[in-house]
Amino acid sequence: MAVTTENTPRSLDVDWLDRERKRRLIGAVAERIVAHVDELTALDAAIGDGDHGYNMKRGFEAVLQDLDSLSAMSLPDLLKAVGMKLVTKVGGASGPLYGTLFLALGKELPAEPSRAQAAIAFGAAIVAVRARGKSDAGQKTMLDVLIPTQRAFAAGCDAADLKKAALAAAEATAPMRATRGRASFLGERSIGHVDPGARSSSLMIAALCDEFGEG
Amino acid sequence: MSIVGIVIVSHSPKVAEGAADMVRQMVGREVPLAWTGGGPTGELGTSFEAITEAIHRAWSDAGVAILVDLGGAETNSEMAIEMLAEEKRGRVVICNAPIVEGAVIAATEASGGANLATVRRTAEELSP
Repeated sequence: MAVTTENTPRSLDVDWLDRERKRRLIGAVAERIVAHVDELTALDAAIGDGDHGYNMKRGFEAVLQDLDSLSAMSLPDLLKAVGMKLVTKVGGASGPLYGTLFLALGKELPAEPSRAQAAIAFGAAIVAVRARGKSDAGQKTMLDVLIPTQRAFAAGCDAADLKKAALAAAEATAPMRATRGRASFLGERSIGHVDPGARSSSLMIAALCDEFGEG
Repeated sequence: MSIVGIVIVSHSPKVAEGAADMVRQMVGREVPLAWTGGGPTGELGTSFEAITEAIHRAWSDAGVAILVDLGGAETNSEMAIEMLAEEKRGRVVICNAPIVEGAVIAATEASGGANLATVRRTAEELSP
């Protein structure tokens, strides 16, 4: 699949990604997670240890507290700072997994990325998350949202379709049998529940798409 | 000659401390030993920062062997190792072994002066 789509409706151009936009984007992601704490906790209580919602909320509340200083940073530094906040505040396996996602994005993205560069960086960050979790697609994890979303993004999907793809990918984890993470202990009984990590990933992407979609 | 250090990482501080008590009973105080249990706010879970501190507390020039319980304990420990200074990073390993038995046997092996690879291998012989 080609990863070059410069003629898209909304590209990540530097004049668009000013301080206020960075603030809105990262704020939207954090607020979306905080708003869904109970849902994520309920999903995790069904097939995990029930702490995903609270853990993620703790991490993203720390992000919200620092929105001013974060939004003043360059995009790579901002992403690395968010990554370290998630690593230190979230705990569980989600802390290092989401932390790795943001840290890798910060490492891979230039300060003023084109859409094509963003797609490549997103792909590289997924490789880092796969390594961190020793996991891959089809194991009922956040990767089952991140991987198809990255493909759709690289293929030139607009914000509305990307959001739909991410949310649908999370729903599609319900019939899967978990083979990584705490849910794998349940074996067959993990079938029928949406994976909490897949859901939180889809929520973040949906929040980003809503922000980008508004123009 | 320095003795390999042991770090115990559990989701539960009680499990971690209890495993450390069993290690101390077996090998006394000669083995550098640190434990951590609980997440960033003390809930059941694991904390990257607490694990990093525990590695420094148990630091030995001979290296450090980490024993973990469930998923996040391993993932957070791997993250902590990667963030160590370069000269230390290569001298910390996670043992694929049951946390209590692994900690006791790893510490026993370490107390006899075994190197890091031997300590790890001995602990991992416990895994099926």
